[in-house]
Amino acid sequence: MKQFITSREAILLAALVALILLVETRFSGFAAPGNLASVFNDTSILIMLALGQTLVILTRCIDLSQASNLALTGMVTAMINAAMPGVPVVALISIAVALGLLMGAFNGLLVWKLDIPPIVVTLGTLTIYRGIIFVVSGGAWVNSHEMSAAYKAFPRAEFLTLPVLSWIALAVIAGFAILVNRTALGRAFFAVGGNPSAAVYTGIDVGRTRFMAFVIAGGLAGLCGYLWVSRYAVAYTDVAGGFELDIVAACVIGGISIAGGLGSVTGAVLGALFLGTIKNALPVAGISPFWQMAISGAAIIIAVAFNRRKDPGRVILKEPAQ
Amino acid sequence: MSIAEGTRPRHVPDRLASRPARILRSWELLLTVIAILIFLANTQASPYFLDPWNLSDATFNFTEKAMIAFAMALLIIAGEIDLSVAGIIALASTAMGWALQYGAGMPVLVLIGLGVGLVCGAFNGLLVTRLGLPSIVVTIGTMSLFRGISYIVLGDQAFNGYPSDFAFFGRGYVFWVISFELVLFAVLAVIYGVVLHATNFGRQIYAIGNNATAATFSGIRVARVKMILFLLTGLMSGIAAICLTARLGSTRPSIAFAWELEVVTMVVLGGVSILGGAGSILGVVIAALIMGMVTFGLGLLNVPGIVMSIFIGALLIGVIALPRLIRLVRTGKAA
Repeated sequence: MKQFITSREAILLAALVALILLVETRFSGFAAPGNLASVFNDTSILIMLALGQTLVILTRCIDLSQASNLALTGMVTAMINAAMPGVPVVALISIAVALGLLMGAFNGLLVWKLDIPPIVVTLGTLTIYRGIIFVVSGGAWVNSHEMSAAYKAFPRAEFLTLPVLSWIALAVIAGFAILVNRTALGRAFFAVGGNPSAAVYTGIDVGRTRFMAFVIAGGLAGLCGYLWVSRYAVAYTDVAGGFELDIVAACVIGGISIAGGLGSVTGAVLGALFLGTIKNALPVAGISPFWQMAISGAAIIIAVAFNRRKDPGRVILKEPAQ
Repeated sequence: MSIAEGTRPRHVPDRLASRPARILRSWELLLTVIAILIFLANTQASPYFLDPWNLSDATFNFTEKAMIAFAMALLIIAGEIDLSVAGIIALASTAMGWALQYGAGMPVLVLIGLGVGLVCGAFNGLLVTRLGLPSIVVTIGTMSLFRGISYIVLGDQAFNGYPSDFAFFGRGYVFWVISFELVLFAVLAVIYGVVLHATNFGRQIYAIGNNATAATFSGIRVARVKMILFLLTGLMSGIAAICLTARLGSTRPSIAFAWELEVVTMVVLGGVSILGGAGSILGVVIAALIMGMVTFGLGLLNVPGIVMSIFIGALLIGVIALPRLIRLVRTGKAA
C-alpha cells in the first residue's frame, strides 16, 4: 500500500484528480460521470497510441511514425469505403490493422536487421507514410457524405452506456496489462530496455523484441487510423499532423523513461488522460484553444523534471553539475 | 528494472579508433556522388534548372535550415539533440513582429531575434545540463512551449509590415545572383567547419559524444560545452528566424512548422551519427545541397511538396541503409 502511495502512478493519479477538481470548482459539471466518460472517449485514441509507444520506448527505441501510419490507414479505409460502400466495417478494420502492422514491421525490420537508430528510421517513415497519403488520395479529401453510415456509426454506437470507441480502448488497456505484466514478451520489453547486454545473456533476442514492439505499435496505429477517420468523418493528408509528439508527451507525462526499461501501462494511460483532460478543460474554462500547445509543452517539461530519477549509483563518476 | 536509467541509449562503436577517417571520407564521397547524380538528373529533367536565377532561388530551400543544421550537428555529435529549433523560430519571429507594432526599427528587430534565440537556447541548456534531463524530451516540451506562446500571442492573426531595410536579410543580393543568405550560409559553414575540425573546442565535442564519462576524466567541462552548444543552436535558430521572417515579410505562429525534422534529417543525411561522436560539417553542407536540389528539381517538375518529402525520407533511410545492407549481405551482420 505504502509502495503504491509513493509510486509515480499514484502521484500522477492525484494530479489528474486535482486537475479535474480544479476545473470542477470553476465550472460545475465537469467532474460529472457523464462528462468524464466523454473525456475518456475523446482520449481513447491517444491512450491506445501511447500504449503502443510505451512498448517501443521501453525497449530504448522511439516511434515517430505513428501519426503518419494512422493517417495513411485512415485514408485507405475511407477510400475503400467511398469506392465500395458494401465492404463490411469488420473487413475495413482488419485491413487497417494489417496495414498498420505492415508499416510497424517495416520500421521494426530496419531497426532489427539493419541496426539503424530508431529515431532515424521513424523520422524517415514519418515523412514517407504521410507522403504516400497524398499519392494514393491525389491530395483529395474523403468527406463525411462519401462515407457509408455504417462506417461512421461503428465507433459511436453505444453499448452498455459507453461508445464502442471507449470499449475498444478499455479492451486494449486490459490486453496491455496482461501482455506487459503477465507474458514473457512483456517482460522482455523491460529486460531489453533495462540492460540490452544482460538481456542477451538471458536468452532474449534484443532485435526481435524491438521488432515486436514496433509491430504492435504499428498495428494499434492502424486500428486508430480507422477509428480516428470514422469518428471525425473526414480523411485528408494532414490528419493527426504533429500528433506523434502528443503521443510521446503522454508517455513522458506517464513516467515512461525515455532511457528505456522503466514504465507501466497505468502510467501511460494516466499520462494520456492528463493531456486529454487539459484538452477538454480548456474550452470549458473559456481559454482560447491557442493556449493548448503552450500548456502541453509546459506540462511535458514539468512532468519530465518531476519524473527525474536519481542514477542508481552504477556510474563511477557522475557528470559534474557545473 | 531500474538499471542504467538516466543514461542515453547509446552503443557507441569505436568508429574513429577501429576504422580511421576512411569511412567518414567515403561517406562524404558517397554524398558527393549522389549530389552530382541528382544535379545531372535535374538538368535532364527540366530545361529551366540551369538558369542562374533559378539556381539562386533554389538556395533558399536550404540556407536557413542549414544554418541551424550546423549548430545541430555539433549538438548531435556531443550526444544531445534540440527538437525545439522550429519553435524558437516561431517565438523569435513573433517577438520581432510584436516589437514591430511598437515601431521597432531594423537594428532592434535583429537584436530581438538573436536575443530570443539565445534565451530559448539557454532555457533548453539549463534544463539539460543543470537538471540532467534527457534533451530529446526537454526539447519536445519546449518545442510546444515556444510555438505555443506564439499561438497565444497571435492566434490566427499575423504580423506584417516589416521595414524594407530588414527585408534585405531574406531577399537581398550581395552580388548578381548571390543572395545575402547564401553568403551567410557559406561563411557560417566555414566558421563551423573550423570550430569543429580545427579547434580544441571541436575535439571536446567529439570526446563528449564518444564517452562523456571519459571526457569528464580528461578534464573537459562537459556541462559547460553542452550549454554552449545549446546556446549556439538557439542563436542559429534566431538568425534563421530573422532571415525567414525577412524573406516571408510576415509572421504567423505556424512559421517554419516541422522544420526540426528536416534539420535533423539534413544532419543525419550528412553522416553525423545520431548516437553522437562522429560526423563532419562538410557532410552537412553536401546534405543541405542534396536536399535543396531534390526539393527544387522536383518543384520544377510540378511535384507537390508533400511528395518531395517521400524522396527526402527515402533518401534518409536509403543512404543509411545501403551500406548496412551491403554489409549484411556480405557478412551476415549489419553492424
